[in-house]
Amino acid sequence: MMAKLTPKQTRLAALIGGFAFLAVAAGLALTALEDNIVFFRSPSELAANPAKPGEAMRVGGLVQEGSVARDGLRATFAVTDLAHTIKVSYEGMLPDLFREGQGVVAEGRFNGAGLFVADTVLAKHDETYMPPEVAEALEKSGKYNQPHPGKSQERAQ
Amino acid sequence: MIAELGHFVLVLALVVALAQALLPIYLLRREPSGGLAVAFAARASYLQVMLIGLSFAALTYAFVRSDFSLKVVFANSHAAKPMIYKIAGVWGNHEGSMLLWTLILAAYGAAFARTAKNMPARFSSFVMATQGLLGSAFLSFLLFTSNPFARLLPAPFAGQGLTPILQDPALAAHPPLLYAGYVGFSMSFAFAIAALATAGEAADGRDNAWARWMRPWILTAWIFLTLGIALGSYWAYYELGWGGFWFWDPVENASLMPWLAGTALLHSALVAETRDTLKRWTLLLAIVTFALSLSGTFLVRSGVLTSVHAFANDPERGIYILAILVGFTAGALALYAYRLPKLTPDGAFQPISREGLLLTNNIFLATATVTVFVGTIYPLVLDGLGLGKISVGAPYFNAVFAPLAVPFALLVPLGPLLNWRQGQLAPLKPWLVMGAVAALLLSLILVLLRGAPSIMVLALFTASFWLVLGAGLDLGRKLAPHRAKLWRFWRLPSTAFAAPLAHGGLGVLMLGILAATQWREEIVVAASPGQEIDIASITLRYDGLREIDGPNYRSEQARLSYLTGPHAGSHLFPERRFYEAERSQTTEAAITTDLTAHLYAVVGETANDKRVLRIWYHPYVAFIWLGAVLMAAGGGFGLRTRLRRRA
Repeated sequence: MMAKLTPKQTRLAALIGGFAFLAVAAGLALTALEDNIVFFRSPSELAANPAKPGEAMRVGGLVQEGSVARDGLRATFAVTDLAHTIKVSYEGMLPDLFREGQGVVAEGRFNGAGLFVADTVLAKHDETYMPPEVAEALEKSGKYNQPHPGKSQERAQ
Repeated sequence: MIAELGHFVLVLALVVALAQALLPIYLLRREPSGGLAVAFAARASYLQVMLIGLSFAALTYAFVRSDFSLKVVFANSHAAKPMIYKIAGVWGNHEGSMLLWTLILAAYGAAFARTAKNMPARFSSFVMATQGLLGSAFLSFLLFTSNPFARLLPAPFAGQGLTPILQDPALAAHPPLLYAGYVGFSMSFAFAIAALATAGEAADGRDNAWARWMRPWILTAWIFLTLGIALGSYWAYYELGWGGFWFWDPVENASLMPWLAGTALLHSALVAETRDTLKRWTLLLAIVTFALSLSGTFLVRSGVLTSVHAFANDPERGIYILAILVGFTAGALALYAYRLPKLTPDGAFQPISREGLLLTNNIFLATATVTVFVGTIYPLVLDGLGLGKISVGAPYFNAVFAPLAVPFALLVPLGPLLNWRQGQLAPLKPWLVMGAVAALLLSLILVLLRGAPSIMVLALFTASFWLVLGAGLDLGRKLAPHRAKLWRFWRLPSTAFAAPLAHGGLGVLMLGILAATQWREEIVVAASPGQEIDIASITLRYDGLREIDGPNYRSEQARLSYLTGPHAGSHLFPERRFYEAERSQTTEAAITTDLTAHLYAVVGETANDKRVLRIWYHPYVAFIWLGAVLMAAGGGFGLRTRLRRRA
């Protein structure tokens, strides 16, 4: 069926095959990465540097108190880092931990009118902690102090 | 008092673990044959598991008694909580789960100590010393950064409760299973260290006996990890109420990486054992697999990731685990580089042979591991370099995994059909052609009937059916010699079932993923009582809401009635629960679980006096977990073969 290969040839073939394979896989992974990266932007970053409509991204901050309005399945709310805010619209079921004053991350894109249309809304599973991106965005805006009692307790110990 | 005792025995356990790590090395110098060292290390292993067991019992007692003077109990429990969740609360938090981790580590060590006499004394001493070193690292991590017995003064009257979504039977079992998997790979790691330390000492000049000793431990870890991941996925599916079964969440990836590497290790160790080749690769893989298990722990426990599991956002802990990870990996790799020349050369083989295909399997699995690693780490690296915060989501992983899965799945069934050394495919040709045609036809029919307009989906379906049919062919071939006694199936050799079940299980799992993602239907409606809802040719009626009281929650329960289909007349009761103690709410999905399809209903908030309902139709989604269980069962048969052979 096939000429017997010497051990050396086999090893060489395995090596070359392996590397060729890895190269293909790496190429595949990098292309896939390029197409599928989603950046996180805080409201302040967006205010300083507005995004193009239609560009996929994640935005996050706190859900502004008193901003949530529902109309049938559509919910609109404002996401704030206490310096700037973004209006977000989402159609569907909001997560359990979504509520005013809590940290939230929305994935989606801006429409032409400057409204952020979210495909997904993520609230932290564990209400104790907020998404690190959000915590950092809030810290950067400089208007926010760690509010959580559980956390301060841990620090105090 | 009990808590102080728990703390005290934990300190003792650290002392014992340190002794277990260091003394055997000293004793080996005094008496190179290793008799003394192994006797000492074995006793230390038993003592260690007893001490940590006592400590774990003390913590459990504190949770059961709701002793809120303990900080972890206060932060993670509540008196008004069912007993099972008080107990599960022990590992539903960072400190307790790390204590569970060390307990499992010690249990593996003690289990090894029982079987150590089957191996050369020097080898076992090194294994147990490595286990002791790992134990010391994690015990000191516990004691210095995550003491589960820290007190709160004055003691509060009530606890803060356990996050309600964690109050679930599947989640009570998920961490122990997953840890038994992660930590199980510490055994193959320790074996690799021992193999390197004793390289060139084998009496027969073949340095591969460790592969035989390592296999049952890899299998054990792999079975646990498979079940742990499957259970976590099933929990996420029914508990989170998002209708998905895998989210490519970084923490899911953190468990998938050691699984992929561990699967590769399982196969390469087989080659090292039977054919005395791929030894160097297998040893490297053993080190890498455990390093990935550790980085899983690091990613989860350090809080560098946004995730369900990030309950400890403490940089100090992250750095400590990172130091453990880097220390053990770098140490092991240095030993690897230093001792590698001592290993006897690998045997040769032909590309068309079982070992050739197993090598290909390893290349694919290693590539898959690397791609998951890249997708998981890339955002962290970018963030670390200050280049922006990004997330890499499902599209990346789907784009990378689909093209890898097809050739991989096409090759898998060939491995067991080929002989070692030099295989012949020619005699199997009629069967293979039949299988390929059948797989292609089945997929074509399905895809044309139910619609999934892409070549990739067709290829994936074909590959999945091919896996299942190939597993059947493999099983048939292995059972053929036992045709006369097929009815006494319990007398059949376990080894005949191992590979077919595991490989067929993978096919079933892939079929489940494909069907559930391609043919899923979803509807979100704002409904008023009496309204009818159509999904996937089923008609449901929303009957309204009622309020009910649970043991530690209040609940709004919606009722949906099946008007058509095989379930006509029965109901679905999705709930929204409000947990008083934790001041939070959860969504309890109602699921009709048929083997061929799940109907999955979730109730949301009020919108203009109507109720938001979200309903999914998930065809064949049960195949995903069924496939995983079949794979684990295959592993179980493999393990049974091993244990019988030893007895």
